[in-house]
Amino acid sequence: MSSIKIRTKRRDGHTQIRLLITHPMANGRGKDKLGKAIPAKHITLLSITHNDLQILTAHLSASISKNPYFDFLLKEGNQGDTISISWTDNLGKTDSATYIIK
Amino acid sequence: MLKSRRKFIKALLSISVYGLTMAGSILQSTMAQTPWLKENFSTGSFDQTMRRLFGAGDIIDSNKIKISRLPRVAENGAIVPITISSTLEHVEKISILVEQNPSPLSAEFFLSPALAVHVSARLKMAKTSNVVIIVQSAGKYYRTSRLVKVTTGGCGA
Repeated sequence: MSSIKIRTKRRDGHTQIRLLITHPMANGRGKDKLGKAIPAKHITLLSITHNDLQILTAHLSASISKNPYFDFLLKEGNQGDTISISWTDNLGKTDSATYIIK
Repeated sequence: MLKSRRKFIKALLSISVYGLTMAGSILQSTMAQTPWLKENFSTGSFDQTMRRLFGAGDIIDSNKIKISRLPRVAENGAIVPITISSTLEHVEKISILVEQNPSPLSAEFFLSPALAVHVSARLKMAKTSNVVIIVQSAGKYYRTSRLVKVTTGGCGA
């Protein structure tokens, strides 16, 4: 299952893009129940395209909350347009998802 | 005559299409080429981070940047919601910094002109701190900040 959930909504002529990503966003300073350090594991790069045109790149640190939520406002955006999201974390893992505006 | 006009229009069209794709790819390359830099996100003092990110140049305090949804008192420092919007034109980048976090830079958003200047996120905050927003617009930096009191820190954010 994809780690990315995407929803869109029309808002004042804009299209609001909301996303929720399942990711621990561990900063490497935490410890588990046994007192062992939890290694850093967090998303570093987030990218969004709208109909294959890049509209956003974000650089993230581990001081973004666990299971990060973001929302953005696309000025245009029509029914049937494609929104693609992809992320990469500090360990090189990646995931992506595509959503068609309803 | 007619034929040459047709040719002329065809040539004109192909040039403009080419121009558009060029502009698109230039924009894309500037967004794609800025790499995630470890040193920008490293632990260090807030002043060091600010200097590294924005140089020694002026940062203009602006009331054109609006922070909403950010609580004045956050009971849980692990999830602190924030929404940033601005009436500034030609915004290229929005940076979120938490002054008292071990690594002050929280996130940087590079926006294309297709997006309205509006970003929401959830932050981790280690302790009571100013949340500082820097908006880069037409090569200049604008700042606004707000204090958030944190009751329980966000697991050493």
